[in-house]
Amino acid sequence: MMEKKPNALLTWIDARFPLSKMWKEHLSEYYAPKNFNFWYFFGSLALLVLVIQIVTGIFLVMNYKPSATEAFASVEYIMRDVPWGNLIRYMHSTGASAFFIVVYLHMFRGLMYGSYQKPRELIWIFGMLIYVALMAEAFMGYLLPWGQMSFWGAQVIINLFGAISEPLAEWIRGDFVIADATLNRFFSFHVIAVPLILLGLVVAHIIALHEVGSNNPDGIDIKANKDENGIPKDGIPFHPYYTVKDIVGVVVFLIFFFAVVFFKPEFWGWFLEKDNFIPADPLKTPEHIVPLWYFTPFYAILRAVPSQLGGVLMMGAAIIMLFLLPWLDRGKVRSIRYRGGIYKTMLTLFVISFLALGYLGTQPATPILTNFARVFTIIYFVFFLAMPWYTRIDRTKPVPERVTFK
Amino acid sequence: MKKLIALFIAFVVPAMALASGGKLMYKADIDLTNTASLQRGAKIFVNYCMGCHSLKYMSYGRMARDLKLSEDMVLENLMLRWGADKKIGAYMTIPMPAEEAKKWFVAVPPDLSLVARSRGKDWLYSYLLTFYVDDKRPFGMNNLTFKNANMPHVLWQLEGLKKAVFRKEKGHDGKEHEVFDRFEYLTKGSMTPDQYKQAVRDLVTFLAYVGEPGRLAHQRLGVWVLLFLAVFFVVAYMLKKEYWRDVH
Amino acid sequence: MSKDDADLSRRRFLTAATTVVGGVGVAAALVPFISYMAPSDRAKAAGAPVEADISKIEPGEKITVLWRGKPVWVVRRTPDMLERLKKIGDRLRDPNSEVPQQPEYAKNVFRSRKPEYLVAVGICTHLGCSPTYRPEVGPEDLGADWPGGFFCPCHGSRFDLAGRVFKNVPAPTNLVIPPYKYLSESLLLIGDDKGAA
Repeated sequence: MMEKKPNALLTWIDARFPLSKMWKEHLSEYYAPKNFNFWYFFGSLALLVLVIQIVTGIFLVMNYKPSATEAFASVEYIMRDVPWGNLIRYMHSTGASAFFIVVYLHMFRGLMYGSYQKPRELIWIFGMLIYVALMAEAFMGYLLPWGQMSFWGAQVIINLFGAISEPLAEWIRGDFVIADATLNRFFSFHVIAVPLILLGLVVAHIIALHEVGSNNPDGIDIKANKDENGIPKDGIPFHPYYTVKDIVGVVVFLIFFFAVVFFKPEFWGWFLEKDNFIPADPLKTPEHIVPLWYFTPFYAILRAVPSQLGGVLMMGAAIIMLFLLPWLDRGKVRSIRYRGGIYKTMLTLFVISFLALGYLGTQPATPILTNFARVFTIIYFVFFLAMPWYTRIDRTKPVPERVTFK
Repeated sequence: MKKLIALFIAFVVPAMALASGGKLMYKADIDLTNTASLQRGAKIFVNYCMGCHSLKYMSYGRMARDLKLSEDMVLENLMLRWGADKKIGAYMTIPMPAEEAKKWFVAVPPDLSLVARSRGKDWLYSYLLTFYVDDKRPFGMNNLTFKNANMPHVLWQLEGLKKAVFRKEKGHDGKEHEVFDRFEYLTKGSMTPDQYKQAVRDLVTFLAYVGEPGRLAHQRLGVWVLLFLAVFFVVAYMLKKEYWRDVH
Repeated sequence: MSKDDADLSRRRFLTAATTVVGGVGVAAALVPFISYMAPSDRAKAAGAPVEADISKIEPGEKITVLWRGKPVWVVRRTPDMLERLKKIGDRLRDPNSEVPQQPEYAKNVFRSRKPEYLVAVGICTHLGCSPTYRPEVGPEDLGADWPGGFFCPCHGSRFDLAGRVFKNVPAPTNLVIPPYKYLSESLLLIGDDKGAA
């Protein structure tokens, strides 16, 4: 870029808008650690999925009708009569689940490598806010097809707020049951309000990241080791090195993504539930109501608590715990590579409980399964609540001065 | 990584298996590319089912195009409409008003555009093969797949009537249960049992097509998209390798 | 980190290759999104040809049928009206229908298959208002030389009873004649002329 003679148009723009400056700051002279591994693909993939969701969403809205009498039929109209409507709709429905897969892996990366630790607390907080906004977005979006699962899933979740106060639930619905008014406001939030919030949060997340610099699998501060030009010795410019690497990640992701979109868009009932091919019927509840898979860990926690209000509070607490992570962790090292056995054990137990809760949330609540859910709920909370203690006494390994790079 | 994969297999895979639901008696084994089967299925649907069930999201024109039927043939033989309504672009609705239907049957016969997606093809196939005579039911028929179904056995003239024979068996809880043993034909239908099975298979094939008319074209496109991405991967991977030679 | 051993030509080639393949991918991805906005199967079916029964139109009367959401007029012209059409050519902008606003079979003085029946899309070629039918000769508001025709209330455009536009009005061209054919003496099909003699 720099060796070429200055481009007149670029000079003109740069005098009015910091284009070259931004390009340098965020790409060509943003020095990222050179030891990023597999887990570092998911940030850019999350951004890709966000773009897919926004673009396909814009097109779906062109034919979708947010009305209780027309919504279901308008979705079928898109699926059958609108040119390419089925592809765009399947991309959007698969994208919703893909978003959560990518975001969960991205969050797990943060847990493994201590990416939330000082000075990256705000990056983590913005990220958590993105996660909460994403849950709201997905929840409201799932009502829009107006199938049986849309209707009864929303019914159950909104009644959780009824546990706090019934007028609150009525205020959310705008009616005494899920109705046309609910569908309309969810549509408004889903296509306007929450996407705006999401975009703003994503920008904040990235600005905060680029202010302090990326963490890495060794959890080493690469800025502590700079060369004579002030460039971190273990850093490489994001562009071109990570752009070309992320293109590979994107292509691999798209292979999985389109394999689902084209060949298994229902994903055996996990991305599109069978009952949602039946129009919403307020008089007939499906036999087995399950939230979509990405909510089931929290749903299992909710059901594990014997009192309704208690369940709601526990579910909320489960999410708040994640927000508190930067202050709960008192460890002296960031990366799991240099942590001691206690943290490794606790993290493994946490992952097992999270997956187990996710599984239990999809199953009917039999007494045996509920007891299992209770055990895993306790482990989930112990991971967080005992963290200040066990991260302090854990026997860490010495952190090397420079990153490990084969 | 390996641990995670093991965890995934330990938890998610059985969950997927369980989600596919209870046991069905038969597997439908349909082939959506079999145009002849689709055409026969469409004919059975129009003749036997469409008195009560609509396919309101499906248009006659689309069906004609996809099933390789001529528009005239569809207008003449498959469209029970007259006058200004008789248009190839019309949707496969029926004139039965819901209120009337509720009087005649216990429930309104549902629209079947999406039944293959909500119930599944194997369920439909099993359902249509497991009607049996039961005097306790209003229409004198019951069904093993869908207990106490309200629908009469519309295809009985083709299949003939059969009764279900149950035997007693001790369950895990030590109590005796009635377990289905076999069917016994009471009357002969106009078709042999094998012919009837094929007819039902044709009908299920047609309903599976109606559930998602664009499916085959969508999948064919998918092959090309994945091939393209495979090529893209090779190029992108070589580019990455080339640049990363700088990084030591 | 050093670029000393970098093979720049190979690098440039691979960058170009990735750009081209990626560009093809993006271009291909645009196809569904662009096609998505074209008329759907339902819209196309709704735009299918419509039949019009012309047996009940009295001489000098007009009926309107809807085709593709637009008004289509069918006027049964009297012999007097047809006579007048032949005489006013010098007052018209395009008396011989040179501008392709009609199928080949309507490129004549009467702009129709059979002189008696005019079939025209009832939308002004100026800005899309629907003109009113004014068959009477020389009414007060339109002037003594008005030979009968269509008058657009929006901007005062004038057309004769063959849908031909007069000179010195805002509308640039004659009214559009849709494709149509006679299914029988009394039945018209508007929107389709395939196989018609």
